[in-house]
Order: sequence, then C-alpha cells, then structure tokens
Amino acid sequence: MGILFFYSFRNLLTRRLTTSLTALGMALVVFVFSAIIMLAEGLQKTLVDTGFYDNVVVIRKSSVSEVQSGIDRDQAAIVTTRPEIAIDTSGKPMIAKELVVLITLQKRNGNGASNVVIRGISESSFELRPQIHLIEGRLPRPGSSEIMVGKSISGAFNNAGYNERLFFGMRHWRVVGVFDAGSTGYSSEIWGDVDQMMPAFRRPVYSSILFRLRDTREFESVKDRIETDPRLTLEAKRETVYYREQSEMMATFLRILGTSLTLIFSIGAVVGAMITMYAAVANRTSEIGVLRALGFSRLTILAAFLMESLFLGLTGGLIGLFFASFMQFITVSTTNFQTFSELAFNFSLTVTIAVQSLSFSLFMGFAGGILPAFRASRMNIIDALRDV
Amino acid sequence: MPSIIDVQNVSKYYHRGAESIQVLDNISLTIETGQFLALMGPSGSGKSTLLNLIAGLDQADQGRIVVDGLDITRLSETQLANWRAGHVGFIFQFYNLIPVLTALENVELPLMLSRLNRKERREHAQTALALVSLDDRMRHYPRQLSGGQQQRVAIARAIVTDPTLLVADEPTGDLDRNSAEDVLTLLDSLTRDLGKTIVMVTHDPRAARKAHVMKYLEKGLLTDAPQAVVSECV
Repeated sequence: MGILFFYSFRNLLTRRLTTSLTALGMALVVFVFSAIIMLAEGLQKTLVDTGFYDNVVVIRKSSVSEVQSGIDRDQAAIVTTRPEIAIDTSGKPMIAKELVVLITLQKRNGNGASNVVIRGISESSFELRPQIHLIEGRLPRPGSSEIMVGKSISGAFNNAGYNERLFFGMRHWRVVGVFDAGSTGYSSEIWGDVDQMMPAFRRPVYSSILFRLRDTREFESVKDRIETDPRLTLEAKRETVYYREQSEMMATFLRILGTSLTLIFSIGAVVGAMITMYAAVANRTSEIGVLRALGFSRLTILAAFLMESLFLGLTGGLIGLFFASFMQFITVSTTNFQTFSELAFNFSLTVTIAVQSLSFSLFMGFAGGILPAFRASRMNIIDALRDV
Repeated sequence: MPSIIDVQNVSKYYHRGAESIQVLDNISLTIETGQFLALMGPSGSGKSTLLNLIAGLDQADQGRIVVDGLDITRLSETQLANWRAGHVGFIFQFYNLIPVLTALENVELPLMLSRLNRKERREHAQTALALVSLDDRMRHYPRQLSGGQQQRVAIARAIVTDPTLLVADEPTGDLDRNSAEDVLTLLDSLTRDLGKTIVMVTHDPRAARKAHVMKYLEKGLLTDAPQAVVSECV
C-alpha cells in the first residue's frame, strides 16, 4: 500500500490550492465543534473542581441548588450533631452553615448587570475548601460588615475591588480581601459572615450545610440517616456530585448547541470535500483506467480515493484543533442557567475532545469522499483509458 | 513455434440504446510465442477492441480467447484483473504514467500486486529502467521527461513483471520520428532478446515494418493487409 499511500498524499499536494481551501472549510467546522465542546467541558470542569470529594452538601429536598434551598435552625442543629462529621485539629467539628443569595451587580466598563452569588460563611468554611487562598488583604472579621470577593468578581464588577465598598442587603460592605479559588466556581462568589448576611437579607434560614466526613466510607450511612430522619426534610450529596449536577443543564445545552451548529456547518464542508473529490476523480480518469488495467481491484481504487479524502479531513481536523487549542487561554464569564449566577470558566481541551474532533473531521472526510471514491471504483476500464 | 494466443471466432458488439453495432465479426487469429504482430486498419475498424479483448480488458460477446493455455473469456472480472497483473504488460499511446509518482515508482507500481517485498520491488524496477536505458532518470517525475523517455518508462513498467504478453496501442502515435524509432527498436529487442510476444495496434507504417506479422482489420473483419499497405510498410 506504500505507493498508493504516496499516490493519494501527493495528489493532494499537487492540488495545493483546492486542498487548502477544502481543508480550511473543514478546519472551521472542527474549530467550532471543538471550541463549543471545550466550553462545555470547561464549565463542567470548573464546577466539578469546585467540589471536594469528602465534603457533603446538605440542602432541602428537591431544591436542586443552594439558591432554592432553605434549612431552618432546628434542622441545622440536628445535622450538626451527626457523629460522622470530622473534627479539626482544634477539636471543632468541620461543618459550615451557609447562606446563598443572588444579587445583581453592575459590571465595570458599563457592560450591564449580572447575578452574583453572595455566600454567608461560617468559621469552618475556609477549612472545608482548601483550594481557596487569599491573594490580597485579609479574611472578613466575624460580626462585621466585611466581605471578601473572588478574583473573577473583583475585576469584573463595580466597587468590588479590594478596599472598595459594595452596597447590598440595605448596607455597605467593605471589601477587605480578594481570594483565588483557582478554576472553580468559588472564584465568582462574594463571601461574608453568615450571621451578618442573614439579617441583612432578612433570611431566617440557612441555604445549605457543608461538612467533611471523618471517614469517606461513611457517606452512604450518613446520607441514609439524614434523608430518613423524620425530623428532617433534607438530602445529602457529595460536594463533587452536587456541583456536577449544577453544571449538567448548561453543559448539555452547550453540547447540543455545539453538535447542532457543527452538523449544519459540516454539511457545507462535506459538500466542499465532495466537489473536490469529484473533480479529482474527473481529472484522473485515465490514471484510474491505467491502475485498473494493471490489475488493481475496484476496492483498491476505492480505498485510494477514500484515503485521499480522509487525508483532507484529517488535515482540516488538525488545523481546526490547533487553533481551537488557543481558546484555552480565554476565560469566559457567563450566567449559569441552573443557578442563575455569574460564573467564570476557561475553555478546556482534553484528550477525549481532541479524539472526538479528529474523529469528526475524519467522518467529514469519509462522507465527502465515499461517493466520488465509489464512482472512481465503478469506472469502466476502456472508457477510463480513452479519457486523455 | 507454439502458439501463445488463440483467438477463436470472436465477435463483439457495442450497444447504443436499442441499436447494436458489431465491431468484430467472427475473428480468428493465432499468434506464436515471441512473435511481434502489428494490427493495422482504418479508424473504427475494431483494432483497439481486439487488442483490449486479447489483453483481458474487455469481454467478447462470442467466441474464445486462449492465452498461454488459459481461456480468458471464462474468467470473472476479479480473475481477469489478477491474470492481467501477472501476464500482460501495457504500452499506451499517451504513456499514461502517474504524474505524481517518479519514474521508479511508476515502474514499481505493477509489482505492488506481486508478493515481492519493497527491496525486491525496487531492484526489479531499477533493472527494468536500466533495460530501457533510463537508470539515470529514476527519480524524475514524468513531467521532467521527454515524450520518448516517458514511453520508455511505460515500456519498463510493462516488462517489470516479466509478462507473457505485451500489448501496445499506438506506442509511437505521440512521438517524433527519432523517439518513435528508439521505442520501436526497444520493442524489437524485447522480442528478439527476451522472447516477448507483442501485439501492437498502429497506423504508422514504420512501426508496422518492425513487426514479424501484419494483420489488417476493416469493418470488424480480419484480413491480410492490402498490397498498398504492405508496400508502404516494406
């Protein structure tokens, strides 16, 4: 197959302009395909990374997210007494009762307004989230109107920078710190003392309870006890599972959007490849005749032309993927449909996405090449040889 | 000399809609091993059709064609393709080399269907190119060669598999006088030195002059060449 491989490859090189234009068409489709899948992956990765495997989130049954959840103080007190909760080095249980509220803030540079998550935190909230580090200032003091903001919020919203004052919940809050939570959802949140936030927002109930398991194997039993306790109307999830669910709706939407868009675009690219390949077959009719006369089978001719088309697809795929890989350096900030809050995340390129994109480009090459290749293989030898 | 090709009562029709046109009418012909036969005749007389049938590129509607003891009219399309790969070498008027392959790769191409490994294929191709005195042009692409050189590469491609039979359709039709003479001398040496059997279709009296036997086709009937044609070729 060596020479036939070179035959296909060199034919593409000979028709550089046509090859380049067709491959670029395919590259564009692969770029859109991989970029949207990378976007969905980035969103999901950001939210999943937000969670910590040994942490358990407790919310009101059927509430889907912390924003819709409400846990009254009596129920929170019952959960706090669970023996499965880990104890920290100072002997305190690693549990945080938190409030989550959405507020609207104006973006900097007049880019409109967006929903932002305000999280009322307890003393253990930092300890339960080891991925969070202060990058500027200090932690808010309990009992004060001080807040700290995620780095995605600090630069993106009016008055949310370090040492600025934000107004919400009928009072001013001073930004005393900026924290970095890496590529997690917390980077898009504002944190302050839960006991200050609850009266400010006139909320008598917590939104969620977060605690660390003393033994990861005890998750099923603690989940069962919380969910079957007749005094409680709560459900417990591992934090990673909770955040994966938070990303599912938007990630699925993005994937469906990406697949639909690229399917429509790919029709154009496949037609382009088909035209190129039909032209290649028409220009090389006498060559096909010679190959057949020399004894090459119809299947070999079909394979040679199909290989050429697959080369085209692969070239387009590699170009598209190359340019899509640069999208990883871009951070997108948008509203997560499921939580209605602003979330900043990066495009994320994974091996799976690369394989999917290249497979898609090969599929386009196959779809564009199969009919012309079939035509080439069906040619009558005498008629083909006469075509000079 | 024993016969290598035995064409027995072969007829061929072309169909155009409901109309059926007879191209070959009950042709019988015997060609001996090592013979160089020229098929002449006016355009549309059926020369190329007969050549295609002998070479296994087309199927006769009636009659039998036996080549080296094998009735090729009974072979399926796949069997015919395999038979051609091992037993027939083709030389075309317009050389029909693959433009994106070098001279060496063009000559190596038919060997792709053999059981030879890459090294052996290269050696065979180099030997064939040396036989046509083009061993110094192996890495050249067809566009870098003259018409005569391209036809010599085509001849090397035709003989590289050491076929029983060489078929040539107007091999000098696209060449100048000197190149045509070189090609004819080469074909002549293939029969003389290597004992190859050649069936050649030609309009060129100079080409026919090199042949051992000349046959004439007119309106699908095979006859001996008319005196005027014979005298032109002498």
